[in-house]
Amino acid sequence: MKFQAHIDVMPQKALLDPQGRAVTASMKNLSLSEIGNVRIGKHITLEIEADTESAAREKVDLACKKLLANPIMETYTFELSPA
Amino acid sequence: MKFGVVIFPGSNCDQDLIHVVRDIMGKPCEPLWHKDHSLRGCDFILLPGGFSYGDYLRSGAIARFSPIMQEVIEFADKGGFVFGICNGFQILTESRLLPGALLHNRNHQFICKNVSLRCETDESFITSKLKVGQRLTIPIAHGEGRFHCDAETLTSLQDNRQILFRYCDEQGEVTDAANPNGALDNIAGICNKGRNVFGMMPHPERCSSSLLGNTDGKLIFDSILNTVLA
Repeated sequence: MKFQAHIDVMPQKALLDPQGRAVTASMKNLSLSEIGNVRIGKHITLEIEADTESAAREKVDLACKKLLANPIMETYTFELSPA
Repeated sequence: MKFGVVIFPGSNCDQDLIHVVRDIMGKPCEPLWHKDHSLRGCDFILLPGGFSYGDYLRSGAIARFSPIMQEVIEFADKGGFVFGICNGFQILTESRLLPGALLHNRNHQFICKNVSLRCETDESFITSKLKVGQRLTIPIAHGEGRFHCDAETLTSLQDNRQILFRYCDEQGEVTDAANPNGALDNIAGICNKGRNVFGMMPHPERCSSSLLGNTDGKLIFDSILNTVLA
Protein backbone atom coordinates (compact mmCIF):
# COMPACT_ATOMS: atom_id res chain seq x y z
CA MET A 1 0.00 0.00 0.00
CA LYS A 2 1.10 3.52 -0.62
CA PHE A 3 0.69 6.12 2.09
CA GLN A 4 1.26 9.83 2.13
CA ALA A 5 2.77 11.50 5.18
CA HIS A 6 2.26 15.13 6.11
CA ILE A 7 5.05 16.12 8.48
CA ASP A 8 5.33 19.34 10.50
CA VAL A 9 8.74 20.30 11.85
CA MET A 10 8.76 23.22 14.29
CA PRO A 11 11.50 25.01 16.23
CA GLN A 12 11.42 23.96 19.88
CA LYS A 13 9.05 26.16 21.91
CA ALA A 14 11.79 27.37 24.25
CA LEU A 15 14.00 28.56 21.37
CA LEU A 16 14.03 32.00 19.84
CA ASP A 17 12.65 31.85 16.27
CA PRO A 18 14.10 34.97 14.58
CA GLN A 19 12.09 34.41 11.39
CA GLY A 20 8.84 34.17 13.34
CA ARG A 21 9.75 37.23 15.37
CA ALA A 22 10.36 39.31 12.20
CA VAL A 23 6.99 38.21 10.78
CA THR A 24 5.26 38.98 14.10
CA ALA A 25 6.71 42.50 13.97
CA SER A 26 5.50 43.00 10.39
CA MET A 27 1.92 42.21 11.44
CA LYS A 28 1.79 45.73 12.90
CA ASN A 29 2.35 47.11 9.39
CA LEU A 30 -0.79 45.25 8.27
CA SER A 31 -2.75 46.76 11.16
CA LEU A 32 -3.01 43.25 12.60
CA SER A 33 -1.26 43.93 15.87
CA GLU A 34 -3.57 41.49 17.67
CA ILE A 35 -1.54 38.70 16.00
CA GLY A 36 1.47 37.65 18.03
CA ASN A 37 3.96 34.84 18.62
CA VAL A 38 4.29 33.77 14.96
CA ARG A 39 6.53 30.72 14.73
CA ILE A 40 7.78 29.30 11.45
CA GLY A 41 8.63 25.69 10.74
CA LYS A 42 8.56 23.35 7.77
CA HIS A 43 5.83 21.24 6.23
CA ILE A 44 7.14 18.14 4.45
CA THR A 45 5.11 15.63 2.45
CA LEU A 46 6.35 12.26 1.27
CA GLU A 47 5.01 9.00 -0.08
CA ILE A 48 5.88 5.62 1.36
CA GLU A 49 5.21 2.01 0.38
CA ALA A 50 4.38 -0.25 3.35
CA ASP A 51 2.20 -3.30 4.11
CA THR A 52 0.39 -1.65 6.99
CA GLU A 53 -0.17 1.80 8.37
CA SER A 54 1.80 1.00 11.50
CA ALA A 55 4.80 -0.14 9.40
CA ALA A 56 4.58 3.11 7.42
CA ARG A 57 4.36 5.08 10.68
CA GLU A 58 7.49 3.40 12.02
CA LYS A 59 9.51 4.23 8.89
CA VAL A 60 8.34 7.86 8.72
CA ASP A 61 9.19 8.25 12.41
CA LEU A 62 12.69 6.93 11.71
CA ALA A 63 13.11 9.36 8.78
CA CYS A 64 12.05 12.23 11.03
CA LYS A 65 14.39 11.19 13.85
CA LYS A 66 17.41 10.59 11.63
CA LEU A 67 17.15 13.31 9.01
CA LEU A 68 14.01 15.44 8.68
CA ALA A 69 14.13 16.95 12.18
CA ASN A 70 16.96 17.63 14.62
CA PRO A 71 15.65 16.89 18.14
CA ILE A 72 18.20 19.29 19.65
CA MET A 73 16.43 22.23 18.03
CA GLU A 74 13.13 20.98 16.59
CA THR A 75 10.00 18.93 17.31
CA TYR A 76 7.94 17.06 14.73
CA THR A 77 4.45 15.61 14.27
CA PHE A 78 2.98 13.80 11.27
CA GLU A 79 -0.22 12.36 9.87
CA LEU A 80 -0.60 9.46 7.45
CA SER A 81 -3.26 8.93 4.82
CA PRO A 82 -3.65 6.46 1.93
CA ALA A 83 -1.98 7.98 -1.17
CA MET B 1 51.39 13.47 8.86
CA LYS B 2 48.86 13.87 6.07
CA PHE B 3 45.83 16.15 6.16
CA GLY B 4 42.60 15.46 4.27
CA VAL B 5 40.10 18.14 3.25
CA VAL B 6 36.63 16.83 2.46
CA ILE B 7 34.91 18.52 -0.48
CA PHE B 8 31.10 18.43 -0.55
CA PRO B 9 28.99 19.87 -3.35
CA GLY B 10 28.63 23.48 -2.17
CA SER B 11 31.84 23.61 -0.09
CA ASN B 12 33.58 26.92 -0.81
CA CYS B 13 36.46 27.11 1.68
CA ASP B 14 38.10 23.83 0.69
CA GLN B 15 40.78 25.42 -1.51
CA ASP B 16 41.62 27.99 1.17
CA LEU B 17 42.22 25.15 3.64
CA ILE B 18 44.30 23.15 1.16
CA HIS B 19 46.37 26.29 0.46
CA VAL B 20 47.01 26.88 4.18
CA VAL B 21 48.02 23.27 4.84
CA ARG B 22 50.21 22.85 1.75
CA ASP B 23 51.66 26.28 1.09
CA ILE B 24 51.74 27.89 4.54
CA MET B 25 52.16 24.92 6.88
CA GLY B 26 54.15 22.90 4.34
CA LYS B 27 52.32 19.62 4.97
CA PRO B 28 50.80 17.14 2.51
CA CYS B 29 47.10 17.54 1.96
CA GLU B 30 44.71 15.28 0.10
CA PRO B 31 41.35 16.49 -1.25
CA LEU B 32 38.65 13.92 -0.37
CA TRP B 33 35.45 13.84 -2.45
CA HIS B 34 32.11 13.42 -0.65
CA LYS B 35 31.38 10.23 -2.60
CA ASP B 36 34.68 8.61 -1.58
CA HIS B 37 34.62 5.61 0.75
CA SER B 38 38.20 5.98 1.94
CA LEU B 39 40.16 8.60 3.90
CA ARG B 40 43.26 7.56 1.89
CA GLY B 41 45.51 7.25 4.91
CA CYS B 42 44.98 10.81 6.12
CA ASP B 43 45.82 11.43 9.78
CA PHE B 44 43.89 14.66 10.28
CA ILE B 45 40.55 15.40 8.58
CA LEU B 46 39.39 18.96 7.92
CA LEU B 47 35.75 19.75 7.07
CA PRO B 48 35.61 23.10 5.27
CA GLY B 49 33.13 25.96 5.27
CA GLY B 50 30.53 26.55 2.62
CA PHE B 51 27.00 25.42 1.93
CA SER B 52 27.18 21.65 1.59
CA TYR B 53 24.24 20.30 -0.43
CA GLY B 54 22.91 23.88 -0.62
CA ASP B 55 22.24 23.83 3.15
CA TYR B 56 18.93 22.20 2.21
CA LEU B 57 16.76 21.04 5.13
CA ARG B 58 19.28 22.24 7.76
CA SER B 59 22.96 23.20 7.47
CA GLY B 60 25.02 20.01 7.45
CA ALA B 61 22.03 17.65 7.69
CA ILE B 62 22.43 16.06 4.26
CA ALA B 63 26.25 16.09 4.29
CA ARG B 64 26.13 14.02 7.47
CA PHE B 65 24.78 11.06 5.46
CA SER B 66 27.25 11.33 2.54
CA PRO B 67 29.52 8.28 1.98
CA ILE B 68 32.72 10.00 3.15
CA MET B 69 31.10 11.04 6.43
CA GLN B 70 30.50 7.40 7.37
CA GLU B 71 34.29 6.98 7.16
CA VAL B 72 34.91 10.23 9.06
CA ILE B 73 32.52 9.19 11.86
CA GLU B 74 34.22 5.78 12.18
CA PHE B 75 37.65 7.47 12.15
CA ALA B 76 36.60 9.94 14.88
CA ASP B 77 35.03 7.19 16.99
CA LYS B 78 38.44 5.45 16.99
CA GLY B 79 40.13 8.66 18.20
CA GLY B 80 41.08 10.14 14.79
CA PHE B 81 41.44 13.92 14.56
CA VAL B 82 38.61 15.83 12.86
CA PHE B 83 38.29 19.63 12.71
CA GLY B 84 35.24 21.35 11.22
CA ILE B 85 35.15 25.04 10.39
CA CYS B 86 31.82 26.88 9.91
CA ASN B 87 29.75 24.50 7.73
CA GLY B 88 32.19 21.80 8.86
CA PHE B 89 31.21 22.55 12.49
CA GLN B 90 27.53 22.32 11.50
CA ILE B 91 28.17 18.92 9.88
CA LEU B 92 29.92 17.69 13.04
CA THR B 93 26.98 18.64 15.28
CA GLU B 94 24.52 17.06 12.83
CA SER B 95 26.72 13.93 12.94
CA ARG B 96 26.60 14.04 16.77
CA LEU B 97 30.40 13.98 16.82
CA LEU B 98 30.06 17.29 18.66
CA PRO B 99 27.26 18.21 21.07
CA GLY B 100 24.67 20.95 20.41
CA ALA B 101 23.37 22.54 17.25
CA LEU B 102 23.89 25.73 15.23
CA LEU B 103 20.70 27.80 14.84
CA HIS B 104 19.81 30.82 12.71
CA ASN B 105 21.59 33.93 13.94
CA ARG B 106 19.55 35.88 16.47
CA ASN B 107 19.09 38.79 14.00
CA HIS B 108 18.31 36.39 11.12
CA GLN B 109 21.06 37.98 9.01
CA PHE B 110 24.10 36.50 7.31
CA ILE B 111 27.03 38.08 9.17
CA CYS B 112 30.42 38.48 7.49
CA LYS B 113 32.94 40.42 9.58
CA ASN B 114 35.99 40.19 11.81
CA VAL B 115 35.19 39.24 15.40
CA SER B 116 37.24 38.91 18.57
CA LEU B 117 37.62 35.50 20.18
CA ARG B 118 38.86 34.66 23.65
CA CYS B 119 40.81 31.44 24.01
CA GLU B 120 39.22 29.51 26.88
CA THR B 121 41.64 26.60 27.20
CA ASP B 122 45.09 25.68 25.94
CA GLU B 123 44.33 22.01 26.59
CA SER B 124 43.36 21.11 23.04
CA PHE B 125 45.20 20.26 19.88
CA ILE B 126 43.94 23.40 18.14
CA THR B 127 44.70 25.84 20.98
CA SER B 128 47.94 24.44 22.42
CA LYS B 129 50.03 27.41 21.18
CA LEU B 130 47.58 29.92 22.67
CA LYS B 131 47.29 31.25 26.21
CA VAL B 132 44.04 31.18 28.16
CA GLY B 133 42.51 34.64 27.81
CA GLN B 134 44.44 35.41 24.61
CA ARG B 135 42.36 37.41 22.14
CA LEU B 136 42.34 36.57 18.43
CA THR B 137 40.74 38.44 15.54
CA ILE B 138 39.20 35.98 13.11
CA PRO B 139 36.42 36.52 10.54
CA ILE B 140 32.99 34.90 10.70
CA ALA B 141 30.74 34.38 7.66
CA HIS B 142 27.54 32.57 8.50
CA GLY B 143 23.76 32.78 8.76
CA GLU B 144 23.38 29.82 11.12
CA GLY B 145 26.01 30.07 13.82
CA ARG B 146 24.02 30.50 17.04
CA PHE B 147 25.35 27.65 19.17
CA HIS B 148 22.67 26.00 21.26
CA CYS B 149 22.51 23.04 23.64
CA ASP B 150 20.50 22.09 26.71
CA ALA B 151 21.53 23.18 30.22
CA GLU B 152 22.96 19.78 31.13
CA THR B 153 25.17 19.72 28.00
CA LEU B 154 26.39 23.27 28.67
CA THR B 155 27.42 22.30 32.22
CA SER B 156 29.23 19.27 30.85
CA LEU B 157 31.03 21.43 28.23
CA GLN B 158 32.12 23.84 30.97
CA ASP B 159 33.12 21.15 33.48
CA ASN B 160 35.19 19.25 30.92
CA ARG B 161 36.82 22.39 29.48
CA GLN B 162 35.39 21.64 26.05
CA ILE B 163 34.69 25.30 25.24
CA LEU B 164 37.67 26.43 23.15
CA PHE B 165 36.65 29.93 22.03
CA ARG B 166 34.08 32.51 23.11
CA TYR B 167 33.11 35.74 21.36
CA CYS B 168 34.52 38.75 23.23
CA ASP B 169 35.07 42.48 22.76
CA GLU B 170 38.36 44.13 21.82
CA GLN B 171 39.39 44.22 25.47
CA GLY B 172 38.88 40.46 25.73
CA GLU B 173 35.69 40.76 27.82
CA VAL B 174 32.97 38.22 27.04
CA THR B 175 29.83 40.38 26.78
CA ASP B 176 26.43 40.08 25.14
CA ALA B 177 27.25 43.11 22.96
CA ALA B 178 30.26 41.20 21.58
CA ASN B 179 28.12 38.16 20.74
CA PRO B 180 27.49 38.44 16.98
CA ASN B 181 24.88 35.71 16.58
CA GLY B 182 23.31 35.11 19.99
CA ALA B 183 25.32 31.94 20.68
CA LEU B 184 24.68 30.35 24.08
CA ASP B 185 27.38 31.46 26.55
CA ASN B 186 29.07 33.31 23.61
CA ILE B 187 30.38 29.93 22.40
CA ALA B 188 32.33 30.13 19.12
CA GLY B 189 34.17 26.79 19.20
CA ILE B 190 34.16 23.52 21.14
CA CYS B 191 35.71 20.07 21.21
CA ASN B 192 34.28 16.67 22.15
CA LYS B 193 34.90 14.95 25.46
CA GLY B 194 37.63 12.78 23.88
CA ARG B 195 39.36 15.99 22.66
CA ASN B 196 39.91 14.63 19.14
CA VAL B 197 36.99 16.37 17.36
CA PHE B 198 36.93 20.17 17.09
CA GLY B 199 34.50 22.70 15.63
CA MET B 200 34.43 26.47 15.35
CA MET B 201 32.28 28.95 13.43
CA PRO B 202 35.02 31.57 12.71
CA HIS B 203 37.38 30.97 9.77
CA PRO B 204 41.08 30.70 10.78
CA GLU B 205 42.00 29.69 7.20
CA ARG B 206 40.95 33.17 6.03
CA CYS B 207 43.55 34.87 8.23
CA SER B 208 46.64 32.67 8.12
CA SER B 209 48.74 34.61 5.64
CA SER B 210 50.51 37.95 6.11
CA LEU B 211 49.38 38.79 2.56
CA LEU B 212 45.85 39.00 3.97
CA GLY B 213 46.91 41.34 6.76
CA ASN B 214 46.10 39.01 9.64
CA THR B 215 47.83 35.83 10.78
CA ASP B 216 45.86 35.10 13.97
CA GLY B 217 44.32 32.04 12.29
CA LYS B 218 47.77 30.54 11.71
CA LEU B 219 48.19 30.16 15.48
CA ILE B 220 45.47 27.50 15.34
CA PHE B 221 47.20 25.57 12.54
CA ASP B 222 50.55 26.02 14.37
CA SER B 223 48.88 24.51 17.45
CA ILE B 224 47.83 21.45 15.44
CA LEU B 225 51.37 20.87 14.17
CA ASN B 226 52.81 21.62 17.61
CA THR B 227 50.76 18.95 19.36
CA VAL B 228 49.81 16.35 16.79
CA LEU B 229 53.36 16.04 15.52
CA ALA B 230 54.86 16.22 19.01
